[in-house]
Amino acid sequence: MKKALIYFSKLTAAFIILMSTSGYANSSPEGDNKLNTKDEVNDYIQHHIKDSHDFHLFSYTSDSGVRKHVGFPLPIIVWTSNGLTSFMSSAFHHDDDGKVVVSKKGVKIAKAHNKLYELDSDASTVDFDETNHPINATKLLDLSITKSVVGVLLVGLFMLLAFSSLARQYQQKKVPTGFGRVLEPLVIYVRDEIARPNVGEKHYKKFTGYLLTVFFFIWILNLLGLTPFGFNVTGQLAVTACLAIFTLVVYTASGNKDYWMHILWMPGVPVLIRPVLAVIELVGALIIKPFSLLVRLFANISAGHIIVMSLIAIMFTLKESLGVAGATLLSFVLSLFITLIELLVAFLQAYIFTMLSALFIGMAVAEHDHDHEYDEKGHEIADTEDVRENFI
Amino acid sequence: MYNLIGAGLIVVGAGIGLGQIGGKAMEGIARQPEAAGKIQTAMIIIAALLEGLAFGALFLGK
Repeated sequence: MKKALIYFSKLTAAFIILMSTSGYANSSPEGDNKLNTKDEVNDYIQHHIKDSHDFHLFSYTSDSGVRKHVGFPLPIIVWTSNGLTSFMSSAFHHDDDGKVVVSKKGVKIAKAHNKLYELDSDASTVDFDETNHPINATKLLDLSITKSVVGVLLVGLFMLLAFSSLARQYQQKKVPTGFGRVLEPLVIYVRDEIARPNVGEKHYKKFTGYLLTVFFFIWILNLLGLTPFGFNVTGQLAVTACLAIFTLVVYTASGNKDYWMHILWMPGVPVLIRPVLAVIELVGALIIKPFSLLVRLFANISAGHIIVMSLIAIMFTLKESLGVAGATLLSFVLSLFITLIELLVAFLQAYIFTMLSALFIGMAVAEHDHDHEYDEKGHEIADTEDVRENFI
Repeated sequence: MYNLIGAGLIVVGAGIGLGQIGGKAMEGIARQPEAAGKIQTAMIIIAALLEGLAFGALFLGK
């Protein structure tokens, strides 16, 4: 644990040094003409919600009128027609309109609206038609280490260090020390309150590992989104979709005979209705369940970020009508209030995602310990347990 | 314009639903305080399902 802590503090120190030294400056094209405050706020929020190819902390206009950006560049890795290419995103000089062209391996690459394009040989900027399709460029397969990827890697590394050290402590002695004491009650909470009652006493051990991973991954990333570093990882559709697909694969792969029977040939209902129910159940199990999981997490976190940033922006938009002190006070009080609620939402969303995953897995592995009853004509009678199981 | 009206309607519907869930859960807990934990869990699950529906509608209507 001590070693891990030293390693972690070194990593943090390296990060801080990297951030403080690699602030780089350039003059952007619209540095001189002033933007409308409302548009600027809107652009800033949109920029934050999306993923980006550099780690941008803040921007300001210096006294000499030069727009300066503080942050650090991240590596860009793209699959071009000439093979794999990588370079730092600082090569684009904060351009996002496809105007700055980087030539690598005889291929001209430009960035527009956060996407990377390979230009045709005679083009010098990316042009778009009315439907936002590029005319003279093709979109590239983007494997870059973007801001969200950095967030995922950081949290993955943190979880690997924290939980492997916790596991090692259990091998040596029974009681964890240090940071493990913070983690132990959380692990036990997820096991006893989420996994055990929802998956079922018989099978929960097999799935606790997955549920714990998902819970801590989402929770720590949600909390990371509330720090001023500008991460919005769980507010990316790709990340939440990936998590939802993991859950889909887990409960589809572990479904037993009864589970598939209840989806494809529902017992206890008239035979004519069974194919109709099969279609509904299939759509529900394979599309609606993962879709609701991914949209819920994405929308909650994105909405939270937008609200917090909008309330902070009150400081600028209401400066004229309320005065500097009044606008700052209003914005501070409101954003403090919402940030505290977001702290709760960060936990609640991780809890709900894990809980519903456990519930879906529990439905897939539930075993029937009762026989179906038949009426005098030989039809099965639906019992309350079946009805309740198939209700959700 | 119409999608804004639709978003408002979705939020009204979701609000009524959440109010029902929360109110009934409160009643249940008041009647049977020892079942508070179970009621709370069930309440959160149903609220989450409702929220997923509302967010799905908002997301598709955007």
